[in-house]
Amino acid sequence: MTPATLSELREAVLSAPRVLAVGAETKPRLSAVVGAEKICTRHLRGILEYEAAEFTFTALAGTPLSEVVSTLAEHGQYLPFDPMLVDAGSTLGGMVASGLSGPGRFRFGGVRDFILGVRFVDGRGRLMRLGGKVVKNAAGFDVPKFLVGSLGRFGAIGEVTFKVFPAPESQLTLKIPATEDTIATVGNSRWAPDAVDVLPGGEWLLVRLAGPGSALEGLAEEILNQFPGEIIGNTIWEDLREFRWATGSGLLVKTAITPDRVLEFPAAHVSCGGNVAYSPALPLTGLTLRGDTPLWIGGRNRFALEAAVKHALDPEGRFPTLDD
Amino acid sequence: MSTAALERLAGLLPPERLLRRPVELAAYESDGLTAFRTRPLAVALPETEDEVVTLVRHCLEWKMPFVARGSGTSLSGGSLPIAGGVVIALNRLNRILKLDPRQRIAVVQPGVVNTQVTQAARPFGLHYAPDPSSQSICTIGGNVAFNSGGAHCLKYGMTSNHVLGIKAVLATGEVVSWGGQSRESTGPDWCGLFTGNEGLFGIALEITLQLLPLAECFHTVLAGYRTLEEAGDAVSAVIASGLLPGAIEIMDALALAAAQAAVHADYPEGCEAVLIVELEGPREVVAFERGKLDAILEASHPIEMRPARDAEERLAIWKGRKSAFSAVGRLSPDFIVQDGVVPRRRLGEALRRIAEMSRETGIRVANVFHAGDGNLHPLILFDGRESGALHRAEELAGRILKMCVAMGGSITGEHGIGVEKREFLGEMFTSDEIDCMQRLRSAHDPFGIANPGKMFPGKEAPALSHVGLHPLEKAGLISRE
Repeated sequence: MTPATLSELREAVLSAPRVLAVGAETKPRLSAVVGAEKICTRHLRGILEYEAAEFTFTALAGTPLSEVVSTLAEHGQYLPFDPMLVDAGSTLGGMVASGLSGPGRFRFGGVRDFILGVRFVDGRGRLMRLGGKVVKNAAGFDVPKFLVGSLGRFGAIGEVTFKVFPAPESQLTLKIPATEDTIATVGNSRWAPDAVDVLPGGEWLLVRLAGPGSALEGLAEEILNQFPGEIIGNTIWEDLREFRWATGSGLLVKTAITPDRVLEFPAAHVSCGGNVAYSPALPLTGLTLRGDTPLWIGGRNRFALEAAVKHALDPEGRFPTLDD
Repeated sequence: MSTAALERLAGLLPPERLLRRPVELAAYESDGLTAFRTRPLAVALPETEDEVVTLVRHCLEWKMPFVARGSGTSLSGGSLPIAGGVVIALNRLNRILKLDPRQRIAVVQPGVVNTQVTQAARPFGLHYAPDPSSQSICTIGGNVAFNSGGAHCLKYGMTSNHVLGIKAVLATGEVVSWGGQSRESTGPDWCGLFTGNEGLFGIALEITLQLLPLAECFHTVLAGYRTLEEAGDAVSAVIASGLLPGAIEIMDALALAAAQAAVHADYPEGCEAVLIVELEGPREVVAFERGKLDAILEASHPIEMRPARDAEERLAIWKGRKSAFSAVGRLSPDFIVQDGVVPRRRLGEALRRIAEMSRETGIRVANVFHAGDGNLHPLILFDGRESGALHRAEELAGRILKMCVAMGGSITGEHGIGVEKREFLGEMFTSDEIDCMQRLRSAHDPFGIANPGKMFPGKEAPALSHVGLHPLEKAGLISRE
């Protein structure tokens, strides 16, 4: 099924006993569900509203991130959390459902922090808009946030509204030796870094500064006086964003961690100042994005409320559960 | 039912921590929305998380409504008691359980006061970003329940954007733990759903907050303008320049007069509006951006520009701004404040229409607002001793809220729906959408015992009365925003 409008999305949800909306399936394990009819959002595409002066845009779920990123860039704006897998074809809806943020999450927050509103179809085929379209809104329950990372298991996302920021004038990337101390020191410093990531291998820490070019050079010099290292090109972030380093096994697992655990993930790209690890080898816990391992490695947090909320949004079990 | 339930409740806490006498209950009858008051059956003062869980489970067993309360600063009546219900006052759960400067997190109990988190973090060069105007007294538990905002939301977001983990007891009696100390998570964002639940889901017992490094340097400018419109145009110019200020605030003439009277704030002669813009960051960045900002503001034809030359002048600018609300109390015996949001580009239009409505009805309206995010704060002045005055003020407030929705905005930016705006929920959401939220509420609270009568329209209205300023507001300890 490939709906091209929101009412077609609604019909698609109701057309089969078990359905799952997907984008470009760049995180294929998340939608590898047996027995669910896939609703492909690739025709549900386009930016519907974009007011640069409002710092907001609204787009259909199947809109490729590449289109979003380039449209924002034309107006000097960006999604500060560095959406992932942009070249790979990821869609806006897929980004929300997977809850995947990039290195820029470190400074201003991730997908959950920039989503403002959503239109989605629940398990009974009701098309609803929750949240809002303005940068500040406290009316009603924050369902848009809840849908971030929900893997399409509670509803089919049709349209989303995001907050955006003015893009910094320039960026500068430093490569310094990675230690737990360095991560804490840099993260806690006056330099206000934009991203603090450990490269796969665990030896090197990337620090990205963002702002007016003339100011960044002085900051970089000060950092390099304190730590041995060098300034490198900014293109390395594109490689990280696309997981180009993760060839080999085909396995890719996301694990939320704390900075004191960075050393436990030497093979991983550890992003967001030591708060998330993307592993090409099996970790003890995590969410499989790519590969044949179970969706939830090492189990997941369970509580009775989950079934009650699932029942509230999808009483007939039209969407798979988080365990399917 | 309630007598037996109350007797059993009395067995759960020592007598001095279960208030039942009218004189003891009086202080809990109202919150920051002083127009409403209701006397609860009892007020429970738990001291431990286990006691809170026991109390909630007792309420569940007896189907007894409960309202969780911190400092009672809600401006939407969110902590207004339920007649025949119990207030669970969380002020004694006031410990910072953990503060880890390396991971930059704090784990706090719900009764911890907002500024205490920043005070505890400051020695490590950190702070807790959300700064509602009542921050010197409001609690983190209340901030979480209402997803409180403040003056720095455009850049740093609201409370929800700083909550990493929540341990809570739901109205089903279930104790859940979501998120944790990582800034990332996998699976649906349960913390995000809980934050802003307005007390309808349950009670947060432990909250993990992210802390941010203190900005090294600030540049705060106050600029006076002949008209509100000119101040609004200046905001548009700042936004269009690509700068991302930490705060952009505007005060109108009536608010300025109030701040002058209250804290002797000094504003440029002859200005009808004052704009405050604040940049922050590493000193090299601020040095560069300040040149850019000053040029933009100079081109916006202000009567006068006053950049803060030192920390003291910066604090004075903020003191005038943050006192504006309570200061308005000097201009009028009573006022109500709304916090609707409009798209930023329509701010000028919204203010013009508010001024028209004010002229039309003869009701004075002062405006102090977060211009950076389109979050209005019209203060509607009235004298509650005049018959029908409160009603007329509420009517005007309602017209303003409807205008916000019609412009594509929201009925609340940071105060929440509470008891005050529940009749307006339907202006923003369809019946399907409200039904969906009600189903979510029932998932957390199948018997409707957690803060019933709030957020959703159509429930029995509590007694409406006029009572003037909140006692703490009169004392200058808190302000409404």
